[in-house]
Amino acid sequence: MAEIKVDCVGQNCPVPLVETRKALRKAAAGDIVEVTGTHPSSKKEIPMAARAMGLEVLDVAQEGDRWRIRIKR
Amino acid sequence: MADKATIVVQSGDFDKLYSALIIANGALAMGMDASMFFTFWGLQRLKKGQLEKGQLSKMHFLGLGKWMVQRRMKKANVVSLEQMLTDFVELGGKLMACDMTMEIMGIRKEDLREDLISDYCAVGSYIQEARESSITLFI
Repeated sequence: MAEIKVDCVGQNCPVPLVETRKALRKAAAGDIVEVTGTHPSSKKEIPMAARAMGLEVLDVAQEGDRWRIRIKR
Repeated sequence: MADKATIVVQSGDFDKLYSALIIANGALAMGMDASMFFTFWGLQRLKKGQLEKGQLSKMHFLGLGKWMVQRRMKKANVVSLEQMLTDFVELGGKLMACDMTMEIMGIRKEDLREDLISDYCAVGSYIQEARESSITLFI
């Protein structure tokens, strides 16, 4: 099972959401996609999108202005 | 009702095209299907080299307003229309071109971004998409 990292630090709407979706499409079932970024609304909306697609959000963490979201494909 | 967004892009304005593409890509990113039907002034933007060439719908000021907005967008690291259009197609979005607009305005297929457009069609195809969409917008 692979772990795919997506770096969206400094990116604005809608890039973090779109890049997460691109990574999830490429990932195989069971893979973990880890997205890091700074755009505030995406921290809320990426988990929203993952759950809407029936995927499990493993973790949402914040460190300074950076957040990290881990999703299981 | 299918989980799908269908957007008519009638305006060729720079800012409105931003709204349309952000919403369309947002829908795809949230796991929905999405279709965009480009007609009239909107279709002009699908001509080769014309995507970023629209005016601002307000405060264009002969290009000065647009220049200022673009400068602020660059500062805020906002992605280009070009990147959003290719992302839209990469994520499975469907680009439709209005064939009546092509006829009225004398636009040939080879004038358009043929590599990205999946269908050249008319109102029937739009309705077929819209009737199975939970979100429909006219921009």
